[in-house]
Amino acid sequence: MATFGWPEFFFILRSAGWTLLLTALAFVIGGAFGAALAILRLSENRILRGFASGYILVIQSIPVLMVLFMSYYGLSLFGIELPAFFAASLSLSIYVSAYLAEIWRGSIESVPFQQWEASSSLALTRAQQYRYVILPQALRIALPPTVGFLVQLVKNTSIVSVVGFVELSRAGALVNQATFLPFQVFSVVALIYFLICFPLSRLSRHLEKVMHAGRRH
Amino acid sequence: MSRFKFEAVWAEFDTILAGVGLTIALSIGAIVLGSVLAVALVAVRTLLGRWAGHLVDAYVELMRNTPFLVQLFMIFFGLPLIGVKMTGEWAALLAMTLNLGAYASEIIRAGVDSIHKSQLEAGESLALTRWQVFRYVILKPAFARVWPALSSQFVLMMLASSICSFIAVRELSGVASIIEQNTFRSFEVYIVVTVLYLALALTLKASLLWLGGRLFPNTSGLARIEAKGSAV
Amino acid sequence: MPAVVIENVHKSYGPVEVLKGVSLAIETGQVFAIIGRSGSGKSTLLRCVNGLEVTQSGRIEVAGHAVTQEQKALRELRKDVGIVFQSYNLFPHLTVGENIKLAPRLAKGVSEAEADARARAVLAQVGLSEKFDAYPDNLSGGQQQRVAIARSLAMQPKVMLFDEVTSALDPELTGEVLTVMENLARGGMTMMLVTHEMAFARNVADVTVFMHQGKIWEQGPSKELFASPKTPELQAFLRSGVH
Repeated sequence: MATFGWPEFFFILRSAGWTLLLTALAFVIGGAFGAALAILRLSENRILRGFASGYILVIQSIPVLMVLFMSYYGLSLFGIELPAFFAASLSLSIYVSAYLAEIWRGSIESVPFQQWEASSSLALTRAQQYRYVILPQALRIALPPTVGFLVQLVKNTSIVSVVGFVELSRAGALVNQATFLPFQVFSVVALIYFLICFPLSRLSRHLEKVMHAGRRH
Repeated sequence: MSRFKFEAVWAEFDTILAGVGLTIALSIGAIVLGSVLAVALVAVRTLLGRWAGHLVDAYVELMRNTPFLVQLFMIFFGLPLIGVKMTGEWAALLAMTLNLGAYASEIIRAGVDSIHKSQLEAGESLALTRWQVFRYVILKPAFARVWPALSSQFVLMMLASSICSFIAVRELSGVASIIEQNTFRSFEVYIVVTVLYLALALTLKASLLWLGGRLFPNTSGLARIEAKGSAV
Repeated sequence: MPAVVIENVHKSYGPVEVLKGVSLAIETGQVFAIIGRSGSGKSTLLRCVNGLEVTQSGRIEVAGHAVTQEQKALRELRKDVGIVFQSYNLFPHLTVGENIKLAPRLAKGVSEAEADARARAVLAQVGLSEKFDAYPDNLSGGQQQRVAIARSLAMQPKVMLFDEVTSALDPELTGEVLTVMENLARGGMTMMLVTHEMAFARNVADVTVFMHQGKIWEQGPSKELFASPKTPELQAFLRSGVH
């Protein structure tokens, strides 16, 4: 039975690094897909709209664990064998894309319809409306919930150990198995998560306040 | 399609059903107990002054900024060491309750805060105690107002029950894992289980919607009233 | 050739018909005021003229453009027809100057230098030169509305539409907006305005149109219409003072 010493602690800390990397990669890839999905969701084409809605509904109605399994085994069905890190990131991206698509679609729809009327009355094309009038405003609206979702993502990376990847939570479980000191080990793990997530949560709340202060009329 | 052999999965269907049953039991248990905990937390915050409020805030922030999995591990591996023996299922229920209680208390608190001050003043002017005002004038309208957000959180918790498979609890995901190990038919098992989760989520959502209609019959009127506007 | 031709226009929202065969012609340089109770269809009619509302039947032609729902044609139309809304609808993330420059640059391909000059000119015209770099949030309602008028003017429209532009303003702020509109009228702009400001309609508009239940009930030179209303509905409307 090992003691919970510095080697174990650094092992946990290194795994936290993997958690952050996973989060970043999943956020970027998932964000790109999510943006595309949001646009599809708002499309005038019923088929595209339906596909995007269906995809989002399904992903949001099943556990992240299942999203991970389905995409992991789905990948291997197509004969794609990825190293665990990339398999995990890709699987998480699918989960991220659905949630961000909803958040961002909601943000675009939150832009008052009068902004659409005013900009179309000034003879702007749809693309010009999106680029110069709607999206800049939607971005501001989207910032607080997007940062809030980032917190969820960090926490949900804890599940990727099912596809064989060792991140922060799994590292804690492994050290616990070796040391039988769950309170100490998981307190350290929890603390590290807290130090990552809490500032992000505060940032999200702060952005929310700032945004509401600016929306006077 | 011939590559997929669903027969192996159908053969284990009673096991799967047992898994569904445990998922439902854990979820309903956590929803009920978590709601009680949430109301208690909100009551403490509202009625017991600043320091109690800070304690509640600390608890809530802790639960919201750490993963459910870690909370589960802490309870499952840690409690036996201080003499509390519990099976995986009870640890799961406890973890889900504590987690949901924190999230739900935040949601309900927002609902309570949105009740216009004039309601409180009316209640107190009628010589009700603070607890009575809280219970009869504030709580039910607050619940009605946040029922959609609360329902979403309940469904999220039901989906999160899948994480309890990490401590070998035989809810739906745990069962899927076991069947997969026995039959090696990974894709088939997980597709079936995914569809079951989808059905569970949609059913739970619909049930909560119906329940909201029964519990809070005047909700549409409540929704029409501006939170910071008129006193009803 | 009239600047605005509205011929037998019908419009419904679902089963409810809000415009029941409206016909009207505005000559270049004329100012038409449209008055009536809420629900009489006046704002709807105005919004049909620049294509924001869709008609079921009838014909509308404005500044030489036929009003259709075809996007490219609508955009061409909107380069010549400006509209000012009741809730100003300025772009909150852009400064006043940027608000005004945006459409001339993007829709009319005007150069940055030219757009800048135009923006300063129209801003001076509405009396707000010093606010060029301010954000809409920092302006009063009256100032925002004047910026909205300037924004439309920067497109050098042939016809300007005004949809109850003073209704959302505090009473003491309506004057500054009405003054700008009066100056525009005296400068020869073709204007169609829906308004509750009866004094403005009587003194500044050449023709006043009274709408009632989706139809044009009475129409005529403003001073005459207000002095001797012919129909009982208009008489009741003017008497009621509820505008």
